[in-house]
Amino acid sequence: MLGFASPLLLLALVAVPVLWFLLRAIPPAPIRRRFPGVALLLGLMDEDREADRTPWWLLALRMLAISAAIVAFAGPVLNPRPVAVGKAPLLIVLDGGWADAYDWQRRIAKATSLLDGAERTGRPVAVIQLADTPQPVDFKAAGDMRGKLATMAPRAWLPDDLTQWVPSLPKAPYDTDWITDGLSDGGRSDLVTQMVKAGAVTLYASDRPIYALDPAVQADGKLSVTARRYPAGPATSLNLAARGPDPSGTDRQLALAPLAFEDGAASAKAEFDLPPELRNRVTRFAIEGQRGAGAVSLAGDALKRRKVALVSDAADGEGLQLLSPLHYLRQALTPSADLIEGGVMDVVPAKPDVIVLADVAQIPQAESDALVDWVKKGGLLLRFAGPHLAAADTGRLADDPLMPVILRQGGVTTGGAMSWGAPKTLAPFPDTSPFHGLAIPSDLRVKTQVLAEPGPDLSDRTLAALDDGTPLVTRKVIGLGQVVLFHVTANAEWSDLPLSGLFVQMLERLAISASAGAGSVEGLTGLVWTPEHVLDGWGDLSDPGSLAGVPGDDLARALKSGPGPKAPPGLYRNDGRVVAVNAVPEGFALTKADWPADLKPQDLTLPAETALKGPVLSFALILLLLDILATLALSGRLRFRGASAALVALTLLAQPHPAQADAAADQRAIAATDGVVLAYVITGDPRVDEISAAGLQGLSDQLANRTAVEPLAPMGVDVAKDELAFFPFLYWPVTADAQVPSAETFAKLNRYLRTGGLILFDTRDADVALAGPTPEGQALQRIASGLDIPPLEPVPPDHVLTRSFYLLQAFPGRFSEGGLWVEAAPPDAAKAEGMPFRNLNDGVTPVVIGGNDWASAWAVDANGAPMFPVGRGAAGDNQREYAYRFGINLIMHVLTGNYKSDQVHVPALLERLGQ
Amino acid sequence: MTLSADLRARAEALGQTLPPLLAEAEHLAATVALGEHGRRRAGMGDDFWQYRAARPGDPFRAIDWRRSARSDQAFVQEREWQAAQQVVFWVDPAQSMNFSGDRNRPSKADRARVLALALAVLLLRGGELVGLAGKAAPRAGRGQMLHLIEAMALDLAQTQADYGAPEPGGFVSHGRAVFVSDFLGDMAGVETALSAAAGLGVKGVLLQILDPAEEEFPFDGRTVFVSMGGSVSHETQRAGDLRTRYLARLAERKARLADLAQAAGWHYLAHHTGSAAQSALLWAYRALEGGH
Repeated sequence: MLGFASPLLLLALVAVPVLWFLLRAIPPAPIRRRFPGVALLLGLMDEDREADRTPWWLLALRMLAISAAIVAFAGPVLNPRPVAVGKAPLLIVLDGGWADAYDWQRRIAKATSLLDGAERTGRPVAVIQLADTPQPVDFKAAGDMRGKLATMAPRAWLPDDLTQWVPSLPKAPYDTDWITDGLSDGGRSDLVTQMVKAGAVTLYASDRPIYALDPAVQADGKLSVTARRYPAGPATSLNLAARGPDPSGTDRQLALAPLAFEDGAASAKAEFDLPPELRNRVTRFAIEGQRGAGAVSLAGDALKRRKVALVSDAADGEGLQLLSPLHYLRQALTPSADLIEGGVMDVVPAKPDVIVLADVAQIPQAESDALVDWVKKGGLLLRFAGPHLAAADTGRLADDPLMPVILRQGGVTTGGAMSWGAPKTLAPFPDTSPFHGLAIPSDLRVKTQVLAEPGPDLSDRTLAALDDGTPLVTRKVIGLGQVVLFHVTANAEWSDLPLSGLFVQMLERLAISASAGAGSVEGLTGLVWTPEHVLDGWGDLSDPGSLAGVPGDDLARALKSGPGPKAPPGLYRNDGRVVAVNAVPEGFALTKADWPADLKPQDLTLPAETALKGPVLSFALILLLLDILATLALSGRLRFRGASAALVALTLLAQPHPAQADAAADQRAIAATDGVVLAYVITGDPRVDEISAAGLQGLSDQLANRTAVEPLAPMGVDVAKDELAFFPFLYWPVTADAQVPSAETFAKLNRYLRTGGLILFDTRDADVALAGPTPEGQALQRIASGLDIPPLEPVPPDHVLTRSFYLLQAFPGRFSEGGLWVEAAPPDAAKAEGMPFRNLNDGVTPVVIGGNDWASAWAVDANGAPMFPVGRGAAGDNQREYAYRFGINLIMHVLTGNYKSDQVHVPALLERLGQ
Repeated sequence: MTLSADLRARAEALGQTLPPLLAEAEHLAATVALGEHGRRRAGMGDDFWQYRAARPGDPFRAIDWRRSARSDQAFVQEREWQAAQQVVFWVDPAQSMNFSGDRNRPSKADRARVLALALAVLLLRGGELVGLAGKAAPRAGRGQMLHLIEAMALDLAQTQADYGAPEPGGFVSHGRAVFVSDFLGDMAGVETALSAAAGLGVKGVLLQILDPAEEEFPFDGRTVFVSMGGSVSHETQRAGDLRTRYLARLAERKARLADLAQAAGWHYLAHHTGSAAQSALLWAYRALEGGH
């Protein structure tokens, strides 16, 4: 589409034919030449009389040049923004769910352009996000909405019931611009009907596919994850990453599996075959390169297979198998846990999650100590009573650490032939119990049990009791772990409990077994679940902050039909169990929204408005230059033949020869290794790159002035193409639209970081930079996710950066508020004796992350004068000085490593010298 | 000859440029090795030639008494004949001579004057009488050079014409004449002068000085050619088309000059400012010498 800023100027094109006649009548001006031989020329006539007219091609050239100039001054614009015509208030509707996240920037850009259009015509505007809970809609001046638009972020859920929005809609008339994700939501047609009644409705939709991950499924020892997409396009190959903490606790990619969508297929499956240790670490799956909560699948407990050790006293018993105290446990646990059997001393080194002692009474001291140690580190010791326990002296003493309660001598049998009362059943579980909410089968009977001595903390330790109040399940917390005692046997000898489904559910709630369907309603109801991590709309896990606990019923609903504002997706914990609520519920289908027939979604792509005035004017200028050459040639002034040769040579020069390219790379390598060269990453934004270059030039100048480091001119580096090994230091300004590097580039960057390179990431937004909500912060997260970055911490006051050349405690750039993050010190770093800093001897931090826009503070122009103002007056000069000092410290840290940290050894060295 | 003050000033200004020219001319003349010059027979002159026995009719004054006293015969001392030539120069002072096709080349006028002065130096050294047609009467001696230069400057200052024609007067009967010009102007003047010269028995040299640009006509495109004084102009759309016809006309002009020279017993040479001056000088000197 082509438009003109001042189309009336195009009328001047009418005059061009007139020009034809004018130009045709006037031949090119002759040269006056002094020449004595003219006497001999007198009377000689020209052979060709036509030559005194301008040749037609020269005329055409001139007309083209003049037409181009006229067109250029008329201000041609490619893809001009359409100017909104309506006068009614404008309602801008965004779906705002996770499905919008992938191209959220485009949606916001579209909304902003709509807002701009409304502002130009003075229409009041309201912006709503359908994924939010409905609020009354007020129209405001377009300028006021700008801020709201900028702070909007996609939610981690999809709009649920749109009918709720209907009463909130403003009074007609108003026009609606709906930027939709194209997915079907409940009640959409109601809303659309309402809007169509109120005024014009325009739909915008993105053509990019939406990806959604189903919860991971465990089958045959493999993890399989199904990904869906909408719309089903051509064959696409993506990668699915399984992420989780590594042994040091850092979140990492643990495995990668291909996710190949066939042509036209709406879903694809990725399979992981992981060893149990690795599988138990997986916390989530994410489609690489896709943003949005839908492309993330949290794992929760569902994937964990706990290691359960079964220890039985009657291992050598020759009873029937059905009488074995472990038979029912084995049956209940086999589907969901890895079982180990053996003696206590055999199983403890295997570090099981749970050790089950079924009717084991006598525990030798050595085994007891080992068990206590294990429990204190977080183990769960599950004990069952039985004839041996009832008969033994174990637990009679208050100080038995492996028994939650003190037991009375002998058991109690009720409902037997020789007893008074009927068999007891279970009382409803109290709401403090982890079993709260479980249904108790009516036919459950407990015939025999061991009894607990009453004590002050007995009721606290009781998790389940019989209907007469005698404890059935008791628990004691030791250290990080716990000991749980079932006062009945693990077989059906003393009660029906092991035969009932309740037994399995109880085990599940004790986090002994985790069934594949962790989200069963029964498993959730009656409990309040504390959010541990919450998934945001971008698909990142974050701290829940002050989010209140979520009742199990809401959670169950979220698991079934998708999360909402009440239960956002995330990881919820209740007493050792973790339930994952995913943005995409199981079995969720991505279906196309049905729009009324007359509403056709327009493409979201916002073709950039390109002003063509410059190029067209340049074109006219080139034509005029050609005209000069042609006129010169015609009038004989272009005498030397070299001119054409030079033209040809120029055009040839414009195409670099491959050999020249190699030579250029060699030249570059030589230039980069001729001395210390500070380098910056080319972002593609010419302004940012210019500032980076000027900034590093300023820093280089200061380094040369003040220190023994005399860097050469800084160089720009394309991380994808250029060799990085030449540069000890890379300055990486992060722009909001920064492209995520490819896998090879990440490998290259990681190699660079591992081999001693240092990257200074600068988000230039004065934000703390990590986990910031700014676009730059998000871009940094995208880039950093692929990098091998160790745990970070804000610069501690004794970091070597604070004293590698100058003594510094602040690291200002053009901003001074933002923090600075470096590799975290090892937790066991001890304060050095007699020194004000810790004994941190090794390593240069591979990355330094901040947002203070250092390059702008360092930047100097060609004359060596600062390019940008910093602060105000003397304080500003001071700040710039400190910015330079930080830069010098940083380069010194890069070049000398931990040299200054070695000062801790000074006393020892002095002492040795003294001897 | 009366001169206005203005004319004298211009002449003096022009004269300033001539001493360097003279130096150049003398330098040029020094490169020419002179052969024998005496007439090698008895005649009027200062140098002793031979004694001979007195014959009846010899005046008494002619008898060399010292020689006669040594014998019985009377002897007469004869001297070598040293009749001096009278050479009249005409150096074209017209504006067309000021042309140079290239800033690194001397103008035709410079070359013409250098050649004329160098020739004058050589002739004066040989004892000939040298003058400038219509401006300076032929005289001998080194001092004549200054007169020549002054006369040339005066001639230049007085001339406004685009093309020059030789002065028909000023010839000395049976003398020699040297015309230095580009001969691009009207041929009538040259013809008149030559026929007048032939009438007086004057032999001489036509030295045509041309710039290489005039020989090659390296022009193209739409051009207005203007003579040096601006009196004559010619416009063409494609100068390149005129080249062959111009060159034909030039060749015709040269042939004409050669014919005229031959008819009058003169010598003709076309000299280019692009080539060395020595060859032209030597040629002119030989031509004057062999004129007998």
